Amino acid sequence: MHGLINRAVQCFLRDTYGADLWRAVAERAGVGADGFEAMLLYDDAVTDVLLDAAAARLDRPVEAILEDLGTYLVSHPNLEPLRRLLRFGGVGFVDFLHSLDDLPGRGRLAVPDLDLPQLELHEEEAGRFALLCRADHPGFAHVMSGVLRAMADDYGALVLLEHETLDSGVARIGIHLLDQSFAAGRSFELAAMPVRA
Amino acid sequence: MSLTPIQAGAPVLDTAALGRLMPLYLWLGPDGRIRGAGATLGKLFPGTPLIGRELMDLFALQRPRNLDGVADLAAQAGTRIKLTQRAAPHTSFRGLAVPLTPADGIMLNLSFGIAISDAVREHRLTDSDFAPTDLAIEMLYLVEAKSAVLDELRDLNRRLGEAKAAAEQQALTDTLTGLDNRRALDRALAEAVRARRPFGLMHLDLDYFKAVNDTLGHAAGDHVLARVAAILGEETRTADRIARVGGDEFVVMLPGLTDPKAVERVAARILARLEAPIDYNGAPCRIAASIGITSTDFYPAPEPDRLLSDADRALYAAKRAGRGRVTVFDDGLAGDAPRSEAARPGAEA
Repeated sequence: MHGLINRAVQCFLRDTYGADLWRAVAERAGVGADGFEAMLLYDDAVTDVLLDAAAARLDRPVEAILEDLGTYLVSHPNLEPLRRLLRFGGVGFVDFLHSLDDLPGRGRLAVPDLDLPQLELHEEEAGRFALLCRADHPGFAHVMSGVLRAMADDYGALVLLEHETLDSGVARIGIHLLDQSFAAGRSFELAAMPVRA
Repeated sequence: MSLTPIQAGAPVLDTAALGRLMPLYLWLGPDGRIRGAGATLGKLFPGTPLIGRELMDLFALQRPRNLDGVADLAAQAGTRIKLTQRAAPHTSFRGLAVPLTPADGIMLNLSFGIAISDAVREHRLTDSDFAPTDLAIEMLYLVEAKSAVLDELRDLNRRLGEAKAAAEQQALTDTLTGLDNRRALDRALAEAVRARRPFGLMHLDLDYFKAVNDTLGHAAGDHVLARVAAILGEETRTADRIARVGGDEFVVMLPGLTDPKAVERVAARILARLEAPIDYNGAPCRIAASIGITSTDFYPAPEPDRLLSDADRALYAAKRAGRGRVTVFDDGLAGDAPRSEAARPGAEA
């Protein structure tokens, strides 16, 4: 697994629940307290061990933790550069949804060895979309749910999301867009200097 | 306003459609005056209507140089052009001019090129200021992605640098000889004393080593030290700990070997080996060594520092008695001052 992903889990746990909790989870997972380096690669199994340790320590399902991680990635001030990169996807929330087809390509433009799951947006009827997520790891779709929820807030859109796993094993996120300009959303200027993480 | 078809039946766009396709277009009449401009270009000259203005009043032409006017530009059709806004912030553009009918003049399409980030910031441009075919947004995305990744890499390098410094700080090996260093020796001694494991201790100091360094150079000195380390390894058991504790000083800890006679025998073997000259690129390096010995058996409650300083006193006595000797510590030496601070283990190296 790419270090960026493990590092994201680490920073999420640390920033959300505090350094003590991170240390406890790291110890439980057999990971050093320094955790992961964003630009190195790690064995896939490490990520699951880490997530299971966090779930046990927080007494919450892994799926819920992953969805919160997705929200954190967009909304935490430390990750403003990432929010900005996502906002480059479109002027409005619907544009952004359509840009998700390109997400793996955009990810690779930034970090060539970052392997993001293939996403496929279907517009099923006016205001109703389905995002199909073909990931090696089922957890990605839960992270995407959190990302979508937070990005909707960021654009000021009002959405309802539902998560299901299809028989094919593909995860489907149903997106019901109730109002694209429900709230003002957060500002995004193309040239604003990113805040350093 | 509309353009004239270059030939009958050729498609003709109105300027609004042209502006959507190319938000940075300029249409210049044969007189060099602007007849049409894309909306984004208009945004760069707030409060200045562009229509009717002369191109050269608003822009300085960097390439091609020495052009007198639009007629010349038309003659250069197809070559790359480079323009700079005359007013601040002096945004630069690159582009291409193509001729229209003689009555219509020429058409210029511009782009920000490499200055895109500055232009977007200085003119507060947004997504809608660019044609959907323009890769400007992707370019901005890449610039930010690159900065974010560089920040991460910079952090990674900083952390690796700190880890390297910490690792060097905690290193337990003497890099020249591969033997334990003083820190490793201190640990081993403390551990043995705490666990009440008896041991003999040998402190060895090379004689005439300085002469080798002075006459044959430091490379020869380093070679001799490595050779001595090898001999110490060959003449001791696997379980014995050998440490280089100073420039030419070594300490050997011999677990379980507390009988001073037995330790003396090992010491004598080492001295005999060291009497043979060590070859360095054909030059014989002659050294010798003196050894002081002590043992945990000598003390009711052994302490590492005490053992080290007693072995050092015994070594000093061996040196005084003439070089190439072995001395076992006894209480008669206890009153001797240890050697000068500079010669104490750990004070050098």
